[in-house]
Amino acid sequence: MNSQNVIRRSATSSLTPAPQIRDAQMEVAKLIDVSICIGCKACQVACNEWNDLRGDVQENVGVYDNPRDLSPDSWTLMRFTEHVDENDKFEWLIRKDGCMHCEDPGCLKACPVPGAIVQYANGVVDFQSDLCVGCGYCVAGCPFDVPRISKQDHKAYKCTLCSDRLAVGQAPACAKTCPTGAIAFGSKAEMQDLAATRVAELNERGYENAGLYDPAGVGGTHVMYVLQHADDPERYAGLPKDPKISPIVEGWKDLLKPAAAVAGALAVGAMAAHFIGVGPNSTDDDDHPEGHDAKTPETPADNVHPIPRHAAE
Amino acid sequence: MAKRNDQILRTKFTERLCHWMIVFCFFLAATSGISWFFPTFSWLSGFLGTPQMARALHPFLGIAVFVGLCYMFVKFVKYNLPAWTDLIWFKNVDKVLLGDHSQKLRIGKYNAGQKILFWAIMGSIVVLLVSGLIMWRAYFAEYFPIWALRWAILAHSVAGIGLILLILGHIYLAIWVRGSITGMVTGYVSRNWARQHHDRWAEELDAKARKGEKA
Repeated sequence: MNSQNVIRRSATSSLTPAPQIRDAQMEVAKLIDVSICIGCKACQVACNEWNDLRGDVQENVGVYDNPRDLSPDSWTLMRFTEHVDENDKFEWLIRKDGCMHCEDPGCLKACPVPGAIVQYANGVVDFQSDLCVGCGYCVAGCPFDVPRISKQDHKAYKCTLCSDRLAVGQAPACAKTCPTGAIAFGSKAEMQDLAATRVAELNERGYENAGLYDPAGVGGTHVMYVLQHADDPERYAGLPKDPKISPIVEGWKDLLKPAAAVAGALAVGAMAAHFIGVGPNSTDDDDHPEGHDAKTPETPADNVHPIPRHAAE
Repeated sequence: MAKRNDQILRTKFTERLCHWMIVFCFFLAATSGISWFFPTFSWLSGFLGTPQMARALHPFLGIAVFVGLCYMFVKFVKYNLPAWTDLIWFKNVDKVLLGDHSQKLRIGKYNAGQKILFWAIMGSIVVLLVSGLIMWRAYFAEYFPIWALRWAILAHSVAGIGLILLILGHIYLAIWVRGSITGMVTGYVSRNWARQHHDRWAEELDAKARKGEKA
């Protein structure tokens, strides 16, 4: 990816913005149609293959989720939910979890290292792993619980949306490999159109609450879902209904940070003004070589309680 | 340096050593902390080497500060308990700030402002320790839910900024009140310094000395 494509850098003030020149670049999106997914995990395999990730083989714990959770070397994961609705209708809901590539990324907002998290003009949010220090602030910033910190190298990892493939005109590995066509990839506008078609079809089939998951609270996402029950995304393994950057993170970055800057500047200014105004608070006779007793001053000018400097002003 | 007879030992060797060990560790922990809180100052992490090294060392330096402050707490808490005479200092805080020593303020080993500093430092280091352990990615953060990490980071920032501001004030007052820094380096202050800034403490020492002479 070309550096001109970096339109946002972590820990970079708006006074010194990232390159803004590529304003005609198309925004991309991945559309995951949950209603078509069969849970084959080919996307997980393709992701591991393309990204050269080989997680440890884990124990089967009696559910289909395998591995059990996202990890530094599992950037995408099928999450299986067995849902029974109020009419006793059973549904097997399978959601491909991973980075949502938010338009307004919480990880990027929280990251303290300049340029360790970037956003490209096409919307992809990418970790620059060589710069990552492993503080884990991105974990606190993310509204979707996506980034994972490696125990091996103390760096954060997540889905890159195959930014290296996109750079050469290829679709992400998961989209390329999906056998049912549940993962589509293209411009964000195309994906919204495709989603509208699919939602209409689902509506026709009786899923009256079908809809597109492109949450506005994070400015929309570059990974979107078509959900049969868009009114209740939580039932898809806890997909947040209205994700947004936590007010605690915003308070830290948008209130505490400027307040602390003002407080620090005021404190230093006040101390300088005080010193210039009052002068050093020195002790009379302090370093008298003989070290006489100050209780019996030799001369009145040598007294213990001199007229304070400010009073003479 | 030979000790002159107008000099009083104010801070013992181990206490001074502990103080300057804390200064060293706190400087490195605070500068690296600022580098993450204000990324404009990201270069401040450079005192610890690479940014990655700073992230790795910062928590250990913080723990060293905590351990040092535990020792300080044990050694100094008895001088920092509130006393009725502290009210005199509060009433005359304007004169104190103007360097006006015309009035006896019945100040013990530490004045009321120093006592507040003492307790504020002790309070913030506890907050910093607890929140720092929760958010310590390499060892403990994985055992806490994300909401706890968010609160921990916020609390760590508030307490860290607060402590840094307090220490800035502490450094300034040490520079302003001549003789204080020498006092913390050599341990000794002049008798006049003691009478001027800590009159009640000086009197108590004199009384003790007189008692010693009699005995």
